[in-house]
Amino acid sequence: MANIKDKIKNIYKKKNSGVMSYTIVIGLYLVMEILMKTGNLTNLIKSLLVPCVCYIIVAVALNLCVGLSGELSLGHAGFMSIGAFTSVVVSGTLEEVITNDILRLVIAVIAAALVASIIGYLVSIPVLKLEGDYLAIVTLAFGQIIKSIIGNIYLGIDEKGFQFSFIEDTTKISENGKMLISGPTGATGISRISTFTAAVVLCIIALIIVYHLINSKDGRAIMAARDNRIASLSVGINVTRTKTLAFVMSVMLAGAAGAIYGLNYSSISPAKFDFNQSILILVYVVLGGLGNINGTIIAATLLYILPEMLRSLADYRMLIYALILIVIMLVTNNDKLKNRINELLRRKKKHE
Amino acid sequence: MLSVKDLKVSYGAIEAVKGISFDIKDGEIVALIGANGAGKTTTLHAISRLLDIKSGTIMLDEKEISKMAPEKIVSVGLAQVPEGRRIFASQTVFENLKLGAYLRKDTVNIENDIKHCYELFPILEARKTQLAGTLSGGEQQMLAIARALMAKPKVLLLDEPSMGLSPLLVKEIFSIIKEINKSGTSILLVEQNAKMALSIADRAYVLETGKIVLSGTGEELINSDEIRKAYLGG
Ligand SMILES: Nc1ncnc2c1ncn2[C@@H]1O[C@H](COP(=O)(O)OP(=O)(O)O)[C@@H](O)[C@H]1O
Ligand SMILES: [Mg+2]
Repeated sequence: MANIKDKIKNIYKKKNSGVMSYTIVIGLYLVMEILMKTGNLTNLIKSLLVPCVCYIIVAVALNLCVGLSGELSLGHAGFMSIGAFTSVVVSGTLEEVITNDILRLVIAVIAAALVASIIGYLVSIPVLKLEGDYLAIVTLAFGQIIKSIIGNIYLGIDEKGFQFSFIEDTTKISENGKMLISGPTGATGISRISTFTAAVVLCIIALIIVYHLINSKDGRAIMAARDNRIASLSVGINVTRTKTLAFVMSVMLAGAAGAIYGLNYSSISPAKFDFNQSILILVYVVLGGLGNINGTIIAATLLYILPEMLRSLADYRMLIYALILIVIMLVTNNDKLKNRINELLRRKKKHE
Repeated sequence: MLSVKDLKVSYGAIEAVKGISFDIKDGEIVALIGANGAGKTTTLHAISRLLDIKSGTIMLDEKEISKMAPEKIVSVGLAQVPEGRRIFASQTVFENLKLGAYLRKDTVNIENDIKHCYELFPILEARKTQLAGTLSGGEQQMLAIARALMAKPKVLLLDEPSMGLSPLLVKEIFSIIKEINKSGTSILLVEQNAKMALSIADRAYVLETGKIVLSGTGEELINSDEIRKAYLGG
């Protein structure tokens, strides 16, 4: 009986317009801004703000794919990478033409989202028609391939225009020009136009998009296709189309977040966006709860900040991080443990 | 209304349906009965385009439908209630019904049709905010039927609606099927439960290992010796 009640509660949670999510994000933003203005933030924390919000966005985006649509993606870091390098190229190219940083940032983010979604669409064509976890395999390979491809691109610009070479650097950029991407080194000399505020604004936009989708007819169809393929076809849902929609939306947001991420550093290398990053983002989603956006935001925030806070522990850092992950996993996924915790809480309440 | 000619369907090298022909006239209940593995589900899946056919034709009102995309089949007037109570477990009863009308353009009438479903299956109204996965087996079957009705089909395809239900529930479901038919929907009823199916069917076909071995009116078949021996237990 209690179980059914919980489930009914879930329905109302699902139907909500995301007020809680917006509150968490805006609340975090205000607290951080106040701490920053009053000089109460260490440089370490300040440097973590933008990437943390970027990972929140990518994790929320991945939840759209894994939680809502039920398709596992192991390559979201690859789409972040595409977004990051697209934005760096666009912003670097437009640096003299558009001197307004905010406008240039907006253009770079839109370009990144566009490129990521086009590539995501092409990747999804052969796999989303099939039943089974093919997307996981293909995105896993895709992440690695993207890392290698970007790691071999040499792209520069000078007064004669773009110069491009692959694998070996044969570009001859004049003194007035600059390299935008230099193979494994990645991009250097990036003008850092991302800001915490810009990241939070993108996060809010991402949440609006995600909640709008969840509560729309398309969102219902995406969940239906996840729940039961045959039943979905039997009511006339184009399963391939809905799964593609969820995936493309998801990588579009990952690309946009990658853009803010990339333009936050003076240099980024393609090796930064490897398989481990994809798994880390997936961990945020799984621990936050599949389909649970609030959970994802909180998990991404805590789990991104945590290892940085543990830095003073040096070598033991990853060990402790792993232990904490295991404990959280056990607590959130083990019914027995959950019941025991519930019992303890109930007992406490009775005592009060 | 719906006519199937020389239908062959195979899974790889194995031919599961070996050239069958049958038809459903306007307003009829036609039963397709046969033992487990006879090819009933395969036939239904071929009609609703969940499986590709090997050869043959499937016509709905003079329109060839055997090459259509599966999601288009609903919009030409065929709705399937798939075998095994396939409901959308993580969505509410109400949302399941709304998804049944997924392709309908006349959105204003949908609320009304949901009300009509509640009249047909009062238990669904009592459970409307409950997640479909938490319903009992009988309720899930009712929901699957109601969901298919939300598409306003000309022909309703039912795959073993009696499967796994108590005799009492089977009776209830079959009387509702009859009621749905009376309000103008033609029905193709696939069943292992020959006795129940024949009792409400206008006509019936008997399928054995992918071939139709017998056909006739429900009454004829229920009284035939072959059927008695093979399907009705003597
Ligand atoms: N996906 C499949 N792959 C291979 N053979 C199948 C598949 N589905 C069904 N069959 C075979 O096709 C035949 C007909 O199955 P089915 O149409 O499900 O029978 P029924 O619905 O009458 O019980 C059976 O011999 C079954 O083993
Ligand atoms: Mg069957």
